[in-house]
Amino acid sequence: MAVIIKDLVHIYNPGSPFESTALNKVNLEINDGEFIGLIGHTGSGKSTLIQHLNGLLKPSSGKILINDLDITSKDVSLTEVRKKVGLVFQYPEYQLFEETIYKDIAFGPSNLGLSEAEIEIRVKDAMEITGLDYELLKERSPFELSGGQRRRVAIAGVLAMRPDILILDEPTAGLDPRGRDEILREIKEIHKKHNTTIILVSHSMEDISKLVDRIIVMNKGAVEYSGTPREIFRYGKRLTEIGLGVPKVVELAISLREKGMPIKEDVITIEEVKSEILRNLRSKKNA
Amino acid sequence: MLKDITIGQYYPSESIIHKLDPRVKITFTFAFMVSLFIINTFFPYLLIAIFLVGIIKLSNIPLKYVLKGLRPLWILLLLTFSINAFLTPGEELWSIGFLTITREGLNQGIFMLLRLSFLIVGTSILTLATSPIELTDGIEKMLNPLRVIKVPAHELAMMMTIALRFIPTLLDETDKIMKAQMARGADFESKNVIKRAKSLIPLLVPLFISAFRRADELAMAMESRCYRGGDGRTRMKEIFFGKKDYIASSIIGFYLIVIIGLRIVGI
Amino acid sequence: MDKMIRIENLTFEYTDGDRVVKAIDNVSLDIKKGEFVAIIGHNGSGKSTLAKHLNAILIPTSGKVFVADMDTSDIENTWAIRQVAGMVFQNPDNQLVATVVEEDVAFGPENLGIEPKEIRARVDEALKNVRMTEFAKKAPHLLSGGQKQRVAIAGIIAMKPQCIVLDEPTAMLDPRGRKEVMDTVYRLNQEEKITVINITHFMEEAVNADKIFVMENGRVIMQGTPTEIFKEVKKLKELGLDVPQMTELAYELKEEGLDISSEILTVEEMVNKLWP
Repeated sequence: MAVIIKDLVHIYNPGSPFESTALNKVNLEINDGEFIGLIGHTGSGKSTLIQHLNGLLKPSSGKILINDLDITSKDVSLTEVRKKVGLVFQYPEYQLFEETIYKDIAFGPSNLGLSEAEIEIRVKDAMEITGLDYELLKERSPFELSGGQRRRVAIAGVLAMRPDILILDEPTAGLDPRGRDEILREIKEIHKKHNTTIILVSHSMEDISKLVDRIIVMNKGAVEYSGTPREIFRYGKRLTEIGLGVPKVVELAISLREKGMPIKEDVITIEEVKSEILRNLRSKKNA
Repeated sequence: MLKDITIGQYYPSESIIHKLDPRVKITFTFAFMVSLFIINTFFPYLLIAIFLVGIIKLSNIPLKYVLKGLRPLWILLLLTFSINAFLTPGEELWSIGFLTITREGLNQGIFMLLRLSFLIVGTSILTLATSPIELTDGIEKMLNPLRVIKVPAHELAMMMTIALRFIPTLLDETDKIMKAQMARGADFESKNVIKRAKSLIPLLVPLFISAFRRADELAMAMESRCYRGGDGRTRMKEIFFGKKDYIASSIIGFYLIVIIGLRIVGI
Repeated sequence: MDKMIRIENLTFEYTDGDRVVKAIDNVSLDIKKGEFVAIIGHNGSGKSTLAKHLNAILIPTSGKVFVADMDTSDIENTWAIRQVAGMVFQNPDNQLVATVVEEDVAFGPENLGIEPKEIRARVDEALKNVRMTEFAKKAPHLLSGGQKQRVAIAGIIAMKPQCIVLDEPTAMLDPRGRKEVMDTVYRLNQEEKITVINITHFMEEAVNADKIFVMENGRVIMQGTPTEIFKEVKKLKELGLDVPQMTELAYELKEEGLDISSEILTVEEMVNKLWP
């Protein structure tokens, strides 16, 4: 079991006038190799939750087990935790600092105390996965690249640590449709190739629904729903109520069902809706 | 959390002290600092203390809150006292090992301690009772006459305002960068001084680059809003000298006269 | 003057190291007063560079840009142009200059030398217009992204411009923030009749425009109403742009032989067409 979270509570500024409960008894289990989409409006607690998973934040109460290692215990080694869990923040390109792309990507692995030879292998691998040409770019300054490319360097920097679990916080933020598609494709590749457990935090239902095995919906510091995209989008009305949407095609399916067209319950892509609509219209014609 | 730190710790209130023209308050602070260096006996401290307490009461800021400002500086205060107490030659009062406190030392130590404490409290009243904008406006107005000798009064005030505006934002960003680097295994808490200094590079480089980028974008935004320096600019909130400011100014003048007088007379 | 913006054979080049980059390649277009125009294109298409010509941040290498009949290449016009055409940028933080919201909104009018009482009135009205009156005395760093952008917009409308150019104003916002900003902008266009030019890569923001210009490689390669533009599903996808899901669905259904127009943009329209 990759991740087990039990009754996780996190209170900011306890005992002060600014006290606020960000996480209110979160219970969650994630299996090895699962591709999870974590979704919730701003303030739902998703940022707080992911920062617990690599030890940046400590719980007010509750337990977190990563591959059977209790990371909430007092004497856990943070290096051990960060070997297992890699976290890519929003706009990660703003954390680049080294003189060359090689050195920046090597920062993570060298903090893990690996040998030069091992580091080189990992940097090469990470650059390959993120579509960066090793020979061409290794000696260049990261600041010469475009925004999208720099983001790839930043992601490669975390991949080079070869985490078992990879968490990405809104990796497509600020990118145009093409950039977004490319990054999501690369993330899918990583999942397929290495069977890394992936947690993708996003605002876009449309983006996640095509990629993930399971969606976890957070609301007001707790898990509201957990299930496959098909299962989740059944709660379309409720999702809209809590400030999230559903993909337009799901909205369409709901509206058509309300009007009387018997569209199957669990359609989520354009392809599926199309098939359903055609099926219904043709049978209506034949009726 | 870091967002709640206010540089200078402004304590908002509708008190008469808050409503005074910032120039009066700035001038008073200078006069106050000067007065602390004029006096050389203990008695004036009593008068000054009464005066300060009076001002604090008028400002509606809790006395405890004002004195809180002394706490983080306790090491400095202790050091000031100790250096003066132990190193001033004179009539021995008490000794332990090779450390000796003399009567003169004790006198001097307490005197310097008081001077420093009053200095800290007096200047903090300025920032507690004057909002950052008022301060920069006041400084700008006071520096304006110096423009004839090419002092860029408006530009300095503008720089101060922008700095104050961005301090919380940059603190936030520092936090984010630290977290991102820690997620990559960076250690900002090493006991080794050299390691600690080196560990700042992954923090400072991105921060500086970001600050320059912000400056660039901000300049473009300011120009897009027709900013071209101080010439011809008006202000929505103008600061005027009112009756209470004249009264306050005369009180300051009177205060200085009393202090100087006490010094001359030797009390 | 009925043309708010006139762009005639605009070309813009700059040097990057030892090569010359043509960011804008012979673009000509007009924008009428009161129009809500969207300029879409992927990153690098030249749309942001074009936007910066509209308030004289950049001036043409060749060709001309006229804002309210003023030539942008004449520096005598610069400040007048910037009062007429206000600009809102992508990063909400890096536009706000003061420590208090209402002070920031006053920044523009102060630069114009407006009389203090008038500034006060404009600031209050601008904040009301963007629905941020209750935040007037707050510090900017405590606001959400959407709120910051609305303050930035207030700062522009306090200068009483005739048109507002928004350069990817929602790119860094969450969905709620995006909605707040676009609702505000749309309302300003409808109620105050301010010409709006929205540079974006979000298709939902272009769907309600009067006119859309699609840019690629520094050129305008498509222009028309939203319905006209979005029905070119294949072409837009080739350009690396999104198409509203409904339009794509309509296109797909048509390909399958269904007799349905591909001029459908919203769920409502689709429902009505399919199951009337």
